[in-house]
Amino acid sequence: MANFPFELVSPEKLVYAGAVSEVVVPGAEGEFGVLAGHAPFVSVLKPGVLTIKGEGKVQKLFVRGGFAEANPQGLTVLAETAVPLADLSGGKLAQMIKDAQEDVEDARDDATRLKRQTVLDALKTTAAAIEADGRAAH
Amino acid sequence: MASLKDLRNRIASVKATQKITKAMQMVAAAKLRRAQTAAEAARPYAKRMEAVLGNIASAVSGGPDAPLLLTGTGKDNVHLLLVLTAERGLCGAFNSSIVRLARDRANALIGQGKTVKIFCVGRKGYEPLRRQFEKQIVEFVELRANKGVTFADAQAIAEKVTGMFQAGEFDVATLFFSRFQSVISQTPTAQQIIPATFPATAVVAEGAAATYEYEPDENEILADLLPRNLAVQVFTALLENGASEQGARMSAMDNATRNAGDMIKKQTLIYNRTRQAQITKELIEIISGAEAL
Repeated sequence: MANFPFELVSPEKLVYAGAVSEVVVPGAEGEFGVLAGHAPFVSVLKPGVLTIKGEGKVQKLFVRGGFAEANPQGLTVLAETAVPLADLSGGKLAQMIKDAQEDVEDARDDATRLKRQTVLDALKTTAAAIEADGRAAH
Repeated sequence: MASLKDLRNRIASVKATQKITKAMQMVAAAKLRRAQTAAEAARPYAKRMEAVLGNIASAVSGGPDAPLLLTGTGKDNVHLLLVLTAERGLCGAFNSSIVRLARDRANALIGQGKTVKIFCVGRKGYEPLRRQFEKQIVEFVELRANKGVTFADAQAIAEKVTGMFQAGEFDVATLFFSRFQSVISQTPTAQQIIPATFPATAVVAEGAAATYEYEPDENEILADLLPRNLAVQVFTALLENGASEQGARMSAMDNATRNAGDMIKKQTLIYNRTRQAQITKELIEIISGAEAL
């Protein structure tokens, strides 16, 4: 399969840069896979799992807040948070879910509550995804 | 004429000061390296963000429902000055040059009959500005508790600014910080952040704006991205500021160490002269005493 350049950038650092064969991005209106030669495309991210497939390896990262831009030169994902799933051991994710839960409860108006609820749901989905992933691996 | 003991004490105290400034210089050098790496690591994100936003903005800017963050309110009566400074002093003219730039701008705006609001980040900007603009300061954020600047800090500040903008509290926002050029040169800079401005090059370089597909549509993406971009700009400015602060502190402390060295040399000279003069005086006394017999 043809490879294409891919960059995953967070405000604090360049998380990933290299040639990959496929990337699955959690877009705001649904997950989408990007292969080489994708049409120019910009999408906002929803919190979720980003999968990088390249050079026989599959890498999964949890991303939140940002957007993806595909153009003839390759794919760039800008995410405010990008953490490899491997680093999100059960305890850390549970903590994040707990924090998000508290955020939801602290929300002062409905709009904020809705927004935070979305984050919480995404975190829970991520937790489920990791669990499923873990089961598949064992 | 100071006594020998006084001189000895003075030399000892200057030596102690020199040790402190030397240590501060070395600490600043280490921190500068860290701040510089952080600033460099943040650059790709800001650059991509700018390029994509420039693209989308050029596609929608004429549209009637373009977000206000991009087009502005159409007025410029109320100005918000976001002044980023350090939490600590002893870094040469770093803080005062940012404050001076902000103060000059504020005075100029007031002179034109505009309303000025000031948002201070960092104690060293708040304290001098409070003297003159007590009533204009609407917000003050301290970053003291944090060791390094994180994106979350920048986001919190950006959220406050966006909130104020949406509440219609100001029309134009300008960011004041110090851009890091090199260890010996930092330039205080004013950068307009609302309405958003994009360097023309970012738009031209990508060119193919029209062929992009957007999901959801352009305006929604812009509405999502502009506040993020604000956070990124604040974050970049905070990082630049961090590097500038350490650079300024390093050269200030280097100067201080050198000055202390000069002072020690001078004082030691005076000390030795005084000591010799005293010995000579005592000898003369003994000899003239012996001659008198």
